[in-house]
Amino acid sequence: MSTIRDTFFDECEDLLEAMAEGLAAMSDGTADGETVNAVFRAVHSIKGGAGAFKLELLVSFAHTFETVLDQVRSGFLTAEGELMKVLERSGDMLGDLVASARDEEEADEAAVAAACETLEAFLGEVEDEEEETDFVFSAVTIDLDDAPEAPKEGSFRILFAPKADLYANGHEPLALLRALKEMGEIEVTAGWDALPDPAGPDWDQPALTWTVQLTTTADADEIASVFEFVEGLCDLQIEADSDAPEASAAQPEEAAPGPVAAGSAPEAPPVESPAPPPSAPAPAATAESAKPDSKSSESKAPQAASGPRATLRVDLDRVDRLINTVGELIINQAMIAQRLKEADLPPNADLMGDLDDYKILARDIQEGVMAIRAQPVKPLFQRMSRIVREASDATGKEVRLVTEGENTEVDKTLIERLSDPLTHMIRNAIDHGIEKPQKRIEAGKDPVGTVRLAAFHRSGNVLIEIGDDGAGVNRPRVKQIAIDKNLIPADAELTETEIDNLLFRPGFSTAAEVTNLSGRGVGMDVVKTAINQLGGRISIASKPGEGSVFSCAMPLTLAVLDGMVVTVGTQTMVVPIASVLETIRPRPEEIHKVGVSGQVLSIRGTYVPIIDLAVSLGHDCGRDRHLRDLVLLLVQTEGHEQVALAVDHISDQRQVVIKSLQGNYGAIEGISAATILGDGKIALIIDTDAVAASAGPFRLSDARPTEELFE
Amino acid sequence: MTISVLAIDDSRTIRELLRQCLEGAGFAVETAEDGVDGVDRFNGSSPDVVITDINMPNMDGFGVIESIRGGGRNRTVPILVLTTESAADLKTRARESGATGWIVKPFDDQSLISVLRRVTGA
Repeated sequence: MSTIRDTFFDECEDLLEAMAEGLAAMSDGTADGETVNAVFRAVHSIKGGAGAFKLELLVSFAHTFETVLDQVRSGFLTAEGELMKVLERSGDMLGDLVASARDEEEADEAAVAAACETLEAFLGEVEDEEEETDFVFSAVTIDLDDAPEAPKEGSFRILFAPKADLYANGHEPLALLRALKEMGEIEVTAGWDALPDPAGPDWDQPALTWTVQLTTTADADEIASVFEFVEGLCDLQIEADSDAPEASAAQPEEAAPGPVAAGSAPEAPPVESPAPPPSAPAPAATAESAKPDSKSSESKAPQAASGPRATLRVDLDRVDRLINTVGELIINQAMIAQRLKEADLPPNADLMGDLDDYKILARDIQEGVMAIRAQPVKPLFQRMSRIVREASDATGKEVRLVTEGENTEVDKTLIERLSDPLTHMIRNAIDHGIEKPQKRIEAGKDPVGTVRLAAFHRSGNVLIEIGDDGAGVNRPRVKQIAIDKNLIPADAELTETEIDNLLFRPGFSTAAEVTNLSGRGVGMDVVKTAINQLGGRISIASKPGEGSVFSCAMPLTLAVLDGMVVTVGTQTMVVPIASVLETIRPRPEEIHKVGVSGQVLSIRGTYVPIIDLAVSLGHDCGRDRHLRDLVLLLVQTEGHEQVALAVDHISDQRQVVIKSLQGNYGAIEGISAATILGDGKIALIIDTDAVAASAGPFRLSDARPTEELFE
Repeated sequence: MTISVLAIDDSRTIRELLRQCLEGAGFAVETAEDGVDGVDRFNGSSPDVVITDINMPNMDGFGVIESIRGGGRNRTVPILVLTTESAADLKTRARESGATGWIVKPFDDQSLISVLRRVTGA
């Protein structure tokens, strides 16, 4: 059962997503007629599945929710204003209930009851008590309205005269007779007095009747239940024989018939004759449809023009294995290229052209595989609308969420791992960015604040922006706090950007009182770390009175990165291109000595510390190493300081497959991962931030004393 | 003879539950994820019995029944409605469309199997 349970919760994810999407569309007025239907169906399906797992709290809440949605769907209620808010919150509640059911945690029943009440308040007179009992409890419910007389064991006489509709609805009298036979001894008499002339026009009309004498321990109710579905489609009389011959101690026992012995047809001779025209189901088809694999339903779907695009559900592990293999392919291609180069073939050899084709193909395959993992950020963004609601409730601010680029596709893992940082940034934007309505009015702004969440592709990265139209970073206050917390010296002079970047410093929190929103002990430094760990970069831009924008530049995938292959001392290493701003071959006059061993590069009027990677990573490079022989990579590091990394030379720029070292070697400072190069050698991938951070001894401090704060 | 069942439900969970329940009882199960898919599959494989949900995208259960029974066709194939709905007017409508039986979710495996046996005469 556990696997179906997994399927259920898996499906719930999709359904909740569809629900959230629909609710969002209803809320911002872009809903069409089908939208409410889709929301209704999503909630309905969750209810249906939940019932199968006896998740009663979930079922009953979903039911109430669904009932209100049904009213909206049929136009009795209009989803706007307060009701719209309630619907959105109910969606959140449903999500919570699914989550707690999945994790087998206790749900907050009081909260659920309150939410139900809120919903019911909109229902007014709507009655549905009957349904309520129907689905919460029993299995198959039997829709017998006029229950026959009291239970009685013994002998029954059943008169059964089918009407035309009985045959039209796929019923088979023989099947019913067999079911009766399961219950005890029967004697069936067919009545064919009404048989029409076989040559006549109305031979299609039902003519046969049956009289059944049944001796059974079952009671009349149970007998009637056999005719459950044909009620109204036949004339039926069930009479207990008054001279009950074998009234005994036999209790009515469960009438559930076991497997029927084949071929034991009751003695109803003309059984074939009432069968309607020969449109009998072809048994030949069973061989085909008997395929036991569960995939058939998903894969051979002839979706054609109808419905959504056909999709295929694949185990994530398989995709990961494929990605890995493709990684090997890329490495293999690089190796062949290397070999061919070493073989020193004439440059116009066909082989080189073939190799180029191979490269292109390998790249295509790789992109194709990556695309399998890529998913739109839409669900992630939708989850954020809930965060916005909760945060605005908690702070008493009015905030709307605007999303852009929801269909931008990003690696699945990335999406999952962006959820927490985004949540925090959104809370932050509402808690610290957006002003209270009163204040906004005073500032001449719309009292309803806006949080903007956008995603788009830019130069091989995915850019995710979280913007607000709030007050912007309160720089004097930020600076004061940083001073109070000893993050910077009291007399530090900082540029605006530098002040803004103080927000990312560990231990910084501007909330005057710790609110239960942002002030959960995590600051923007945690967000920054999370983004960096995903290979992304975060930055902030803020304008007083107009708001702030946090931008996260994320890699498209976590499996491959565009790297610059460099030589460091005797080693070949890779620097992620994403972090390289420019490469510089410095002129001697641009290099200045600072302090004992420090050197800075003067570039466009500012000074940037130079870090010799070889030295920093502990290579023994000998005495005669001069910076002027080296190449500098200007990189952007945490907090937006720039650092120039000195390398011996740059040899290539290419995609490399990331191979984690952590599993085998643990975390190594300055190294983020490794890759395999074309010559089969392993190259380490430099973690530029860590290198910059660890190269403490020579910082800007000596060149620009005001920058001491970055110590 | 193996009885073949076509189960039409937009919920993957319910489809899997039905599959597990019915295959365990020796039925051959084919599933479809909405009404349109269901009718397509019905036409392709002529199952012995159909189980359909009511609330589905693209084509609902009533549509399925009407498409299957339309024009007096396929009258002998039992069509069971399996739904969380239990409103009388819906049941009436289903019957008028040609439904053979109405089962309210959540279903109990044994009862479902016995109902299936009953309507197919197995």
